[in-house]
Amino acid sequence: MPNIIVLVKQVPDTNAKIVVNGDRVDLSSVKMVMSPYDEFAVETALLHKEAAGGEVTALTVGGAAAEKILKDAKAIGVDHIVRVDAEGDMDSNALQTVLAQAVRTLGGEVVYCGKSAADTGAGSTGPGLAERLGWTSASNVIGASFEDGLTVIGPNGAGHAKLKVPLPAVVSCDKGEFKVRKPNVKGIMMAKKASVEVHSIEIPPSSVSLVGHALPPAKPAGKTYDGGNAAAEVAQLLRDEANVL
Amino acid sequence: MTQTIVIAEMNNNAVHPSTAELVAAAMTFGGAPTVVVPCTDASAADGAANMGAGSILAAKSSAFAHYDASGWAAALDAVTPQGTIITGASPQSKDLAARLAARRNIAVVQDAVTIQGQQVTSPVYSGKAMQTVALNGPAVISVRSNIFNAATGGASDVQVLDTEGNVATSVVEFMARASERLDVAEANIVISGGRGMGSPENFSHLEAIADTIGAAVGASRAAVDTWEAIPHSMQVGQTGKTVNPNLYIAVGISGAIQHLAGMRSSKYIVAINKDADAPIFQHADYGIVATWEEALPVLHDTLKSMMA
Repeated sequence: MPNIIVLVKQVPDTNAKIVVNGDRVDLSSVKMVMSPYDEFAVETALLHKEAAGGEVTALTVGGAAAEKILKDAKAIGVDHIVRVDAEGDMDSNALQTVLAQAVRTLGGEVVYCGKSAADTGAGSTGPGLAERLGWTSASNVIGASFEDGLTVIGPNGAGHAKLKVPLPAVVSCDKGEFKVRKPNVKGIMMAKKASVEVHSIEIPPSSVSLVGHALPPAKPAGKTYDGGNAAAEVAQLLRDEANVL
Repeated sequence: MTQTIVIAEMNNNAVHPSTAELVAAAMTFGGAPTVVVPCTDASAADGAANMGAGSILAAKSSAFAHYDASGWAAALDAVTPQGTIITGASPQSKDLAARLAARRNIAVVQDAVTIQGQQVTSPVYSGKAMQTVALNGPAVISVRSNIFNAATGGASDVQVLDTEGNVATSVVEFMARASERLDVAEANIVISGGRGMGSPENFSHLEAIADTIGAAVGASRAAVDTWEAIPHSMQVGQTGKTVNPNLYIAVGISGAIQHLAGMRSSKYIVAINKDADAPIFQHADYGIVATWEEALPVLHDTLKSMMA
């Protein structure tokens, strides 16, 4: 029976407006939520457990405020919730080193995560963690089945392929076929009472440092036309002014 | 000067033209980079000629027959010189970049759009902000397409190195794409429909225009969530695909933050919407306030005569 770990990250609500104050994003008035792709990862981890047994541990790295998303995961059925205590910026190297140590401590055999976090959009954590652990990885998967070992559906060239993934492995999840379950009242009550296991891990130095944030360069105002007939003029401009046709 | 290496962007075992953009990005660090071509047949590396490379290295291995993250990272690591490594920013290349960086215990910076000195800028929060970081050592950097102008000239001779990597995953079955259409993430022109299209059947009007100008057809999240016939693979936006085409045409799409996040970096944006107050117009280079029923036939007829 596999010991299943799912990585979750707290990020700003994807519908939130991002404000830059000075040269840093200001998230003080933004609602924080579980990164959307991590929800698919939690769902896949729970499906894996339902098919093969074992237990699911949700793991996050962050400050105490990040515990809310662990409770959200608990409310829909994960068994254990663990937070590695850390604040501040880490580069990919530092974060993956910390996660690798946490996964070794927890003794996982399969790790699920979102294909990328909604804040950085990088998608480095899953494959980077796998490399550090010396594990197999499959990324951006849109479906998984658990009979006769782990089989996933992932992108391949212009289409998809069904891949057999030997464990131990890290699997990053895209939207695809996953429908995320909703918590019920009992789950929410249980999650409220659940205690978070907090780990302290020494954080290695980062070789990439944050210089600053800025808003994307504003676009000069465009031209607006009234009525469908203007489409003819716009098509001409796309060719003659924008040179994109 | 530190050595800079480009891992060629591959498509069906051929060097993708965007590799020349990666070479240009690598040149910002000074000097012409070594281009490493992952291939099963070394002749594929000839495709990297005239892309501005300082030298071309064919990394030949059976491991490159199908993408396997650990096998590719191991096989490339064995033959790629030390230094800063540039890759493409397709989902597969970002995955490889992360794995290669972890293997060398160096940092990875994804989705670069600007490189200046040792500072690299990438969009974060799905393009709602830009983040600049400073490198204090070698790193793996994935670079977005359509940003750097393709490099030309340079090496055409290929050095072949055999390498190997242990491929862990095995393909059980290749699954054909549901649609033979271009993928939104790969197209130079994307035309997308939103819920304003009224029904999924009306996407045929977008497809007809797409066929005329060689575009891919995309959709907003609202359209994907509302109609089962519109697959998630077409979705452009924060929880769908991020696109960066030369031309993006949004039809019946209001321009929710979710959607803007996936397409705002397009070079030119055309919006067609009947609601003059739709937020999409604030991001459009050319806005047409009209129903799609009014605008699309005119647009299609004009494009057809222009392409003829």
